[in-house]
Order: sequence, then C-alpha cells, then structure tokens
Amino acid sequence: MSKTVDDTGDETDQPIGWDGQTLQEMLATSEELLEETDRYYGTETLELKDEDPFTYEQMFARVRGALVNARETALHVSASPIVREIGELSFQLYTPEGDCIAPSTGIIVHVHTGSLAIKYMIEEDYEHERGINPGDIFCNNDNELGNVHTTDVHTIVPIFHDGELVAWADGVTHEVDIGGMTRGHDQVASTSRYEDGLYATCEKIGDDDELYQDWKDRAQRAVRTPMYWDLDEKCRLSGCHMLRTAVEDMIDDVGVEQFKQFSREAIEEGRITLEERVKERLFPGTYRDASFMPVPFEEAGWKPTSQQNMLNHLPVEMEVFADGSLSVDMEGASPPGPHPYNSAAGSMQGGLWVSLTQCLLHDGKVNDGSYFAVDTNFPEGSVVNPQDPSRSYHTSWGSIMPSYNAVWKNLSRGFFARGFREEVVTGYSETGDTLQGGGQFDATEEYFPVGPFDLSCQGLGASAVRDGLDHGYAMWNPEADMGDIEEWEIVEWGLPYLGRELKPNTAGHGKYRGGAGWGALRVVAGASDVSLSKHVRPGVSFSTSGLHGGYPQATNYSVRAHETDLHDRFDDREQYPTGDRLPEDLDENIDGDIVRTERGLYFPTTFDEGDLVYYHMGGGPGYGDPLERSVERVVADVEEDIYTPDVVERVYGVVGEFDEASRTFDLDEEGTEQSKAEIRERRETESQPASEFWETERERIQDGDVSDPVTWMYSGVLDQSEEWGAQFREFWDLPAEFDME
Amino acid sequence: MATNNDQIEKLIEGELSWQELRNDVLPDPKDQQRFETTRAVLQSSVDWDNPILVPLNDHLYVVGTDEGRKVKADCGAVLCDAGENWKMHTDVRVREDSDELEELYTTWMSPDEDWTFQLREFFCPNCYEQLDVEAVPAGYPILQKFDPDIDTFYEDWQDELAPDKR
Ligand SMILES: [Zn+2]
Repeated sequence: MSKTVDDTGDETDQPIGWDGQTLQEMLATSEELLEETDRYYGTETLELKDEDPFTYEQMFARVRGALVNARETALHVSASPIVREIGELSFQLYTPEGDCIAPSTGIIVHVHTGSLAIKYMIEEDYEHERGINPGDIFCNNDNELGNVHTTDVHTIVPIFHDGELVAWADGVTHEVDIGGMTRGHDQVASTSRYEDGLYATCEKIGDDDELYQDWKDRAQRAVRTPMYWDLDEKCRLSGCHMLRTAVEDMIDDVGVEQFKQFSREAIEEGRITLEERVKERLFPGTYRDASFMPVPFEEAGWKPTSQQNMLNHLPVEMEVFADGSLSVDMEGASPPGPHPYNSAAGSMQGGLWVSLTQCLLHDGKVNDGSYFAVDTNFPEGSVVNPQDPSRSYHTSWGSIMPSYNAVWKNLSRGFFARGFREEVVTGYSETGDTLQGGGQFDATEEYFPVGPFDLSCQGLGASAVRDGLDHGYAMWNPEADMGDIEEWEIVEWGLPYLGRELKPNTAGHGKYRGGAGWGALRVVAGASDVSLSKHVRPGVSFSTSGLHGGYPQATNYSVRAHETDLHDRFDDREQYPTGDRLPEDLDENIDGDIVRTERGLYFPTTFDEGDLVYYHMGGGPGYGDPLERSVERVVADVEEDIYTPDVVERVYGVVGEFDEASRTFDLDEEGTEQSKAEIRERRETESQPASEFWETERERIQDGDVSDPVTWMYSGVLDQSEEWGAQFREFWDLPAEFDME
Repeated sequence: MATNNDQIEKLIEGELSWQELRNDVLPDPKDQQRFETTRAVLQSSVDWDNPILVPLNDHLYVVGTDEGRKVKADCGAVLCDAGENWKMHTDVRVREDSDELEELYTTWMSPDEDWTFQLREFFCPNCYEQLDVEAVPAGYPILQKFDPDIDTFYEDWQDELAPDKR
C-alpha cells in the first residue's frame, strides 16, 4: 500500500484516489463512463460553467496562467539555448487519471505523452508497488510509454491535498545531448534502442522534493553535457513545483471539491468544443492523402542492417462524421524499420494535438478533451505504432511530420469546402535536424555541443488566399524563433557562422506560393576533434504534395568542404564564401574537397580546422495553379529573391530583365503573355488522358519496373496491411495474389 | 466576425487587404453565413445554372443536374458523377526524369530520378487549368482526396435540403 502521511505525522495505507478509491479504480471508472456516455467522465452538463461561468473561466485562466508562468520562469534556470532561447519546453497539468486539463505554451506536442506516462504508472500499480507520495519525483523519456523522442525528458510530480492525489504536474525539455551513440540531441544513425542513449522508464528519481543522488550521478555521467542536463532537470522540477503551489493556492481559495469538478468539466468542454468546431469549419465526408519518407541509407547508413534505401508510406484517411467527431486512420503505414523514424502511438497522438491546436482550435480550452473527440488508428506493428521497445525512436519526427502534412491537407479541403479559404494551409517544410555534433574548443579545452535550433524557422505552406510565411515556422512549436547567430555561437564555440541568407527556389510553386527557406554556412575555427552530422529531409524524393494544383516545395541536399583554402583567403584578403545561395555557388569562392549529395543527410563526419558546413531550411508547399499567380507577385518574388528569373519564366511564364544591382525586375508584358500561352499549350500536347496513364502505369507495376526503395515500400505495406493491399489491387485491377518483391 | 458579400468576393479573388483579412476574416468566431455567402458568390461567377452543392477546389464543383450530381468545372466541362474519382477523368502529365523535374526546381533541389518518384499534374481536359498535383512514388494509386457527404451536410448541419432537392 502507498504510504501517506496523516495529520499526526503517521504513515497510513489509504488509497490516494478520490473518495477512498485507488487510482486504478478511478481510471477504470473514467474509461467506462466515456465508453457508456461518449462524454468525459460521463459529464452530462457543465454545471459549474453554466451556473457560475465567471468562477469557471477564472479558474481556467488561473490554471493556464500558472502553466505559462511556470514555463516562462523556469526556462531561465536552464542554460541550454534550446530551452532558454527557443523555448523547447512545456508544462502540463493532469487529472489523477492522467488526462490533460491544460497545457502551457511551447512544445505542446507533449500534452498527450505525459498522459500516457501517468496512465502507465497507474496501470502498473505504482500506487502500491512503487509508492506515489507527496514530494515524489518521477521521470520518463521511454517513448512507447509516453514520449515523442528520446531526447525529450519529462519530470512528473504528483500534487496532493489532504492525502488525496488531486492532479499531476509534468514538465518536459528537449535536451542538448542524451548520451546516444553519436554527439547530438537526435540520433540519426541509431537503428535500435541500444544506440539511443539514456532512458528513464517512468522511474522514481526523488522524494521529499529532492532528486536522488544515484539518479543524478547516473544521468549526468550518461550524457556528454552534464551541466546542461543538470540545469534542465532543475528547470523542469522548479516549474512543476511552481505549478503545484499554484494548484494548492487555488484549492485554498475555491475548495477541493470545486477544483475537482472544474478539472473534469474543463476536459469535457474541450471535447465539446472540438466537435462544435468541426461542425462549424469542416464538411462531412471522407478525406484522403498520403505522405512519404525517403530513407536513403544504402550509402549513408552505418550498420549493415540499415544500409538500404527505404521509403516509408504514411497514408492518412480522415472521416468527418455527422455528430462532429473525427477519425484519423493510418491503415497501410509501413512496417517499422532499422532507422530512427519509428514513432510510438503517443507521439502520433501528440502530432495530432499540435495540428488541431494550430488548424482547428486556435482558441478555447485546449486539452485532452480534443483527444477524446478523435478516433485514431495508428496500426499496431507499423512504423507509427511499432509496439516494440527494441526499436529506435530517436527521430520519430521523421514519421510524425510527413504524416501531419497529409492531415493538414485533409483538413484544408474541408475548410475550403466550407468557404474558410483563409484557414487553408497546405502544410509546411519539415525541420529535420539540420546540424548536430560537437568538438573540443582549443582555447578552453572544453567540449562544445552543436545543435542549433535555428531550424525552427522553415517555410510554412500557402493558404487559399495568400502566400505561406517565409522562414518563420516550425510545425512542432508554433512559437519558436530563429535565435540570433550570437546566441548559438555562445554555446557552439568552435563553429562560428560565415553567413545566413535567403535560399531562393525553395518555396513550393502555386497561385499562392509556399513560404521560402534559408541557409547558413559555418566554419570550424579554433577547435579540434570535431564531428558533425546533418539531417535535412526530404532529400532524394518529395515527402508531401501541394494543394489544389500547387506544387510541393523543393527537396534538400547536402554540401560540405574539407581541406579548404579559407585561411589563405583570409590572409590574402580574398573573397570567401558566405553560403550556397544557388547550389554550387559555394564552389566559386573556396578551393578544397567539396562533398555534395542529393541526400539531405550525412552521419557524423570528422571536420578539421577551416572546414565548411552548409545547411538549409526548406520552403512550404504551394496552393493552386501557378499560371494563376498574379504577375505583380511573381515580379516581387524575383526582386525579393524568393525565385530566380529562370525559374519564374519556366513555371509562371513571367518574362523580363532582372537587374541584380538594383534588384529590379523589368517585366516584358508581351513576352509574358506569350510564354503563359505556351505553357498552357504544352499542358495539352504533353498530357494524356488519365485512363491511358492508368494502363501504362499498371503494366509497369506488373513488370516491377519501379526503384528498389519504392518496391521496398509496396512489398512492406502489402505484407503489413490486407486492407490497404486490397485497395491497391482494386485500383490497379490486379489479381488477389499480386505481390511485389 | 461578420463579413459581407463584397469581402468574400475579394477573399476568393485574393484581393482582400491584409487589414481586412486580419481584422474581419481570420479572427474567431467566424461568420456563420460563410458557406452560403461563398456559394452565392461562386454561383454568380460561373456561366452555367446548375446549383453548386460544394466547391472541391478553385475550378471544380459538385453540382446538381437533371442527370444527378456531377463534378463540373467552371469552364463548363463535366468530368464525372459526384462520388467518382474526378482525377480519372482529367488529362495528366507525369514528370519523373531529372530534366522534367528540374524545369520546375533546380539542380540538387528536386528528387533523385533513380528513386522513381513522380509529379503528376492533372489538367482540366477542356481548358487545361491545373487542378491537382500529386507527388508520389511510381505505381501509387490515384487517390480520390475528398468525398463529401453532401446530404448529411445540408440536412443534419444546415437543417435544410441540398439546393438540388429544394
Ligand atoms: Zn476547364
């Protein structure tokens, strides 16, 4: 039995749930009531909200304020710029059963992951086996039990009132380093759990508000950056304690019964809000889209098992039902594989959550109520729900981000049908992990980590009424920003920037174009033992489409330069490179061993003094037929370096003279008209009826005349999902025994 | 926020100022009449009389006709029955080789052709507007991306019959 301390200071064996129940009993009741009534905890009416709306709203504002306050204050405890500058942390408040009442701002993808970790502890009967007591501290980063990827670490603290568990506080930060096989926060070379680094599996790491010494030693010795680790942990813990104090104060003011009632009503209100919003913004029916994740590991991979080119299939079918509820079904997703992109179901839920709060529920009470209004199917044993702890989950975003590009397009088709064109968003550029690694800084002989989070400024997709946001968006944290160069250089001592600049021709084409990306060039200076890896996706193929006739954004590539003549150029005061604005620009201003590939990634590679590393961010997908883009906008695109003149002539049919010095584009109106007409004529002469395409493409499939990674994809999915296989064979009119090997 | 016909016309044309978009169109709560206003604006913009039931994209609509519900383009072309995959009734151009892809992007910034990844451009067979672009691996089925449940929408959500049943 759990030991709680009563008024006399003696330990008692009372259950810690409400009204004498155990936590397991509470959780079972909650699940039964939801099943029976379709309402959270069977809450038929929002009594408190209806009878005393002012108090109810005040309580929600207080909880939300406490969460935001905890985040904004606690982040100053951290020394990591990922946390302090970019804000990669968040706090959540949960019911005793682990349902989120409200989140803070920040990496809100974790709203539901903390929930899963708490439910795991309840199901495993921590109440009686491990003990859950006031002042206890728990930690989890085990992905299938409730986390997004290994480098996100949760600190979870129970909040008690008079011997009853009234709520849980959860804080999560994204670590600079988690002690994986290579330097960096997200392991990209990892192919299984045994290369991922430090794991805490819903572990009790302290009591009486103090961390255990053995835990601190174990964790700090397991990571490359113990100082950042220590301060991040203190940041999470202090935020949880702030939150606990805020809840205690609130209970003192309103009484515990009202707090309990409030917490359940708030979640039910969240559920109702989502259904109402669906009915207001979407159109009933079925929506389908598919994303793809190229895994070009044949040459790049390290472990023999991973040295193959793979293509993950991430289909998303959604249904909007008459009652305003939603379903998200990923039947047909690829099997898990020897790569770090395996994603636990909880991470996928988190992605859904991040998406809904940005696309559908920008306001109102956002909490686990929206989770209860959505029916999800992340098929067991697939890459989006492997149910296998031996897999690597380090870069689960490699499945989450493409999948939600498909979800956003599905939702956007609904917005468009309802006339809410301003809410349409075609998707986003996936962030990847631009650059990771570390080295020894010669002046101090200390280790410096490399993991710039300026990757949080990608291009956003277009809407149906305007262009996407340029270089200012990350799907997983809508409040992220780029951070000053100097902020990264404070930490990444041995790798100063030579430049940051716009990256033309990244934005997806369309009547409304996607937002544009940008690039950075950095140099190894005053450092030794430097290794860096780069991971920008997708490289060798697209991962998503545009919408309604718009195109996907450009794909990514890699370039680096070793054994350069940079120092000679400095000495001779010659031009040195500041980027690779157009691919191969870099080569004009540097001599050396330049390594360029179509893959957006390479695994950790040694860099020496004067070596250059370039990375760039992608653009967002476009919307609508590019021939319908207004000529004025295209002229502005050239003048603002969104596109180069040759590209706009070929895609938009806009012709003119561009003067580089004054950055003005002199439009040739007649030439433009003619060029647009030619593009339209070519559409007619170069296309064929879809039915003819179907015939030839069908033969091609029967002949197996597709690339190895594409064969890998079909073969895996046909094995994995009978249902998707049946649809595939039906579409191409293939026999039931058809297979791809 | 309340919006008027004029604003929705401009919204559809892409001519609404940022000021109006920001102040009148983007904020919640949204205009409850948006669907009907939009439908009326779209209906007056086409040269034919079949009632628009739901817009599918910038150029295609599900409309009511004497022969049942059809997918019809603004240029007047009727592609297929509602509920069918209209993309199967378009003309398509496929870009798979590097030179075809690099016409739209640049070198190093489009797919590696060895991966047999395709851009499929779907055109209206009458006017050659580009209706959709798929980025998919070779051999991928042509998805029907949106199959609207029109009667549920009108009867359950709008509390009236669909315009072709009135
Ligand atoms: Zn047409």
